[in-house]
Amino acid sequence: MNTNTRQKKAKSKKLLSTGSEWSFELIDDYYREIARVAKQFGLDTYPNQLEVISAEQMMDAYASVGMPVMYNHWSYGKHFLSTQKSYQRGAMGLAYEIVINSSPCIAYLMEENTMTMQALVIAHAAFGHNSFFKGNYLFRSWTDASAIIDYLVFAKNYIAQCEQRYGDDKVEELLDSCHALMNYGVDRYKRPQKLSLSLERAKQSERETYQQSQINELWRTLPKRMQEEKSFEENRFPSEPQENLLYFIEKYAPLLEPWQREIVRIIRKIAQYFYPQRQTQVMNEGWATFWHYTLLNQLYDEGLVDDAFMLEFLHSHTNVVFQQPVTSKWFNGINPYALGFAMFRDLRRICEEPTAEDAAWFPDLVNTDWKKTLDFAMRNFKDESFILQYLSPKLIREFRLFAILDDDYLPKLKVAAIHDGDGYREIRHKLAGQYNLAGREPNIQVYEANTQGDRSLTLRHYQYQRRPLGNSVHEVLKHISRLWGFSVKLDSVDEKGRVLLSYECKLEKRGG
Amino acid sequence: MIHMIDRRLNGKNKSAINRERFLRRFKGQIKEAVTKAVNGRSITDIERGEKVSIPVKDINEPGFAHAQGGVWERVFPGNDRYSRGDEIERPSGGDGAGGNGGAGNGGDGEDDFVFELSKEEFLEFFFDDLELPNLVKTQLKQSMVMKPVRAGFTSDGTPTNIHVLRSLRAALGRRIALSAGPLEELNTVQEQLDELLETQGERSKEVQTLQAIIRELKAKLVCIPYIDPFDLKYTNRIRVPRPTTQAVMFCVMDVSGSMDEAKKDIAKRFFILLYLFLVRAYEKIEVVFIRHHTQATEVNEHDFFHARDTGGTVVSSALKLTKKIIDERYPDADWNIYVAQASDGDNWDSDSPQCRQMLNAEIMPLLQYYAYVEITEGEPQNLWFEYEKVAEQHAHFTMRRIRNPSEIWPIFKELFKKVSARSGA
Repeated sequence: MNTNTRQKKAKSKKLLSTGSEWSFELIDDYYREIARVAKQFGLDTYPNQLEVISAEQMMDAYASVGMPVMYNHWSYGKHFLSTQKSYQRGAMGLAYEIVINSSPCIAYLMEENTMTMQALVIAHAAFGHNSFFKGNYLFRSWTDASAIIDYLVFAKNYIAQCEQRYGDDKVEELLDSCHALMNYGVDRYKRPQKLSLSLERAKQSERETYQQSQINELWRTLPKRMQEEKSFEENRFPSEPQENLLYFIEKYAPLLEPWQREIVRIIRKIAQYFYPQRQTQVMNEGWATFWHYTLLNQLYDEGLVDDAFMLEFLHSHTNVVFQQPVTSKWFNGINPYALGFAMFRDLRRICEEPTAEDAAWFPDLVNTDWKKTLDFAMRNFKDESFILQYLSPKLIREFRLFAILDDDYLPKLKVAAIHDGDGYREIRHKLAGQYNLAGREPNIQVYEANTQGDRSLTLRHYQYQRRPLGNSVHEVLKHISRLWGFSVKLDSVDEKGRVLLSYECKLEKRGG
Repeated sequence: MIHMIDRRLNGKNKSAINRERFLRRFKGQIKEAVTKAVNGRSITDIERGEKVSIPVKDINEPGFAHAQGGVWERVFPGNDRYSRGDEIERPSGGDGAGGNGGAGNGGDGEDDFVFELSKEEFLEFFFDDLELPNLVKTQLKQSMVMKPVRAGFTSDGTPTNIHVLRSLRAALGRRIALSAGPLEELNTVQEQLDELLETQGERSKEVQTLQAIIRELKAKLVCIPYIDPFDLKYTNRIRVPRPTTQAVMFCVMDVSGSMDEAKKDIAKRFFILLYLFLVRAYEKIEVVFIRHHTQATEVNEHDFFHARDTGGTVVSSALKLTKKIIDERYPDADWNIYVAQASDGDNWDSDSPQCRQMLNAEIMPLLQYYAYVEITEGEPQNLWFEYEKVAEQHAHFTMRRIRNPSEIWPIFKELFKKVSARSGA
């Protein structure tokens, strides 16, 4: 891309606009050009719906986890207050964009943005994120873009109805407890069912009666006929540990009313919808950033936008992808935009201009069609596996990554690896591990529900690398026992299955 | 055409309900903060929002998380000094590499969660203790009567508001400005013409051209309109909040040893409430603070609530001072006078009849209203009995015994009827 060809081309086409004001017609023009270029690059997206909103509305959207419809809860009020406060103090600019994984894919354009920023948001959200939502395997199997908005409408109405019927406080308590377990409401390995509004409604009452009958059966107190004594292991319920706490509670908690089970289910479904996002932050942002960069540069090469546009665009782009070094006082972890963007750019470079090192590390990538290679990477990986697969030595050098070992048995921290020949693989492996959900969140599963005696619930925390639980465990146990209705115990066990530590929340009285 | 929706006109207060839920949930903490703020504020400064802070640990939403300890392996960017095998001291204070979630800066989570309460919300919490009926709450919170006042001039408006003097002055200015050029030119040409006429005859060609120019310039001058829509100026009127007249409020309080902080707090709420009522009804309010034990003094608000004295109580001293101040500064023809007295009921035995006499003869005729609260749990004493006699004679004298803030309100019921009747008239 030398300047000569640029200038030649620049003469051949007309600029889309000059100046920073936007209008609906201009947005339409830009959208059409960006869509055309995106199609040339082979991006496959859901249909788009752009919504122009004001800054206040952006704060509203922010506060309700970005969703256009959401049930009411005090915690969203809390988020709103803190966003409002820091926005008004000027401590924080609002995000330029929010995009919703739905079909049509909704992207918000804030009215305060300049035309350049609107174009950036369109390229980033309406094409970058959108194509990721549609293509990535996690989103494909865990979320249903066409049904989510309808489902949220259903959830909001159902919860509002419950509030009217059973009182705000009871519903709030229940939601608090469910939120505390939100990260434990997902089957990590089983593919979930798709959402469908009509089915959901039709089945809801059916489900209520059926579930209640099952629970009644499980918790029968009538004496059974004499049976052969079974060994403890055989008799244990559930027979296998269950990782989906909310599901277990929804199905088996003895005292929940049908409407409470339905709300547990709603929170579980919403948790599941957000599950892929937590695992693809680097990839998702990297992909969107890569594409806004590529698409807008293409527009520039074709002479559709001027230098002023590009300067403004590059200014905010470089802000977004800047990585603070660990020594900086602003350092706040690895910037997913920076890492993701660098990795996709690097991947393209490996395809187009490989070095000898790349040939050794990625023999089946060099000199392939970069569009196909990137598309494959986007579709079939999550952060952990993406880094494990594609982080190149060149990037490790560029970021000057180094690994620190923090073992509480050792008196000092140790530098385990740096960006040298011996360290590349180790760093890549450890960085990938850092994005592994299992390592980030404590692994807690339902171990036993006592169906014969005091109906208490026993959970197990399977320690990973000897990492202990934080103090919040006591609070969370209170929430679990509120849902379960009886005492709840949590055992921390080490790799060999020995119980190291027990927490307990005793519930004396019956009822939540 | 791409699917584009303009949502800007949709409501922007989608979060209002969540905000309200948040306030409801932390009512206890917020109320505490409001009470603290009320104690710290002047009673004439109640109608303002307030920053409220709640400890973060109270509003955290818990979830399972890892604590420090065990084995952590982390990757960081920006290595500029380490090589493999180096050992580093653990950063102290749990911050940094060993902490949670990518070594957050200063994430010790002990800061308070701070947010603003609006003026309405603040008053709502303030009223909460007092158990005001809802109607009264709205009346207290609503803003004052609007009244149009003059505010300079504008260049558009209705014909009735045309300001003639200003309009003509603008027209004159415009005429002078527009005619300056042609007039000057006209003068010079006229001079040339006069010179020519002296040397040459009227019929010469140059004279004729000059005359043509003069005609043209004169036509130009005639074309400048005398008045133009552009010149019109209108009187501008804006609406400003404006209650009717002025009032003075006397706060009289016993500060003898037996009045403790709790009693003073109740008294303060009582004064605040009275003030809020008066603010609604009067344009200008002055507050006079009189505290007394055996002697009465006029003090500022801070000393009124915070200084404390010991010794006996002579109520009549305060009444005398009140009377004196009224006579000197607040003639009852110009001022609506309100007196609010708070006391724990102690008084010298011989002084109480004197108080009654003073009230009956000298003070009550001057007043709009006299409100007396006795903050005590004990038996009524002689002051109370003497005041009862005053209340029999004067309908605008009310008295109540109260033990906690929720009992303040009944006293205002009557007063409130009066105030609304007055402003309705």
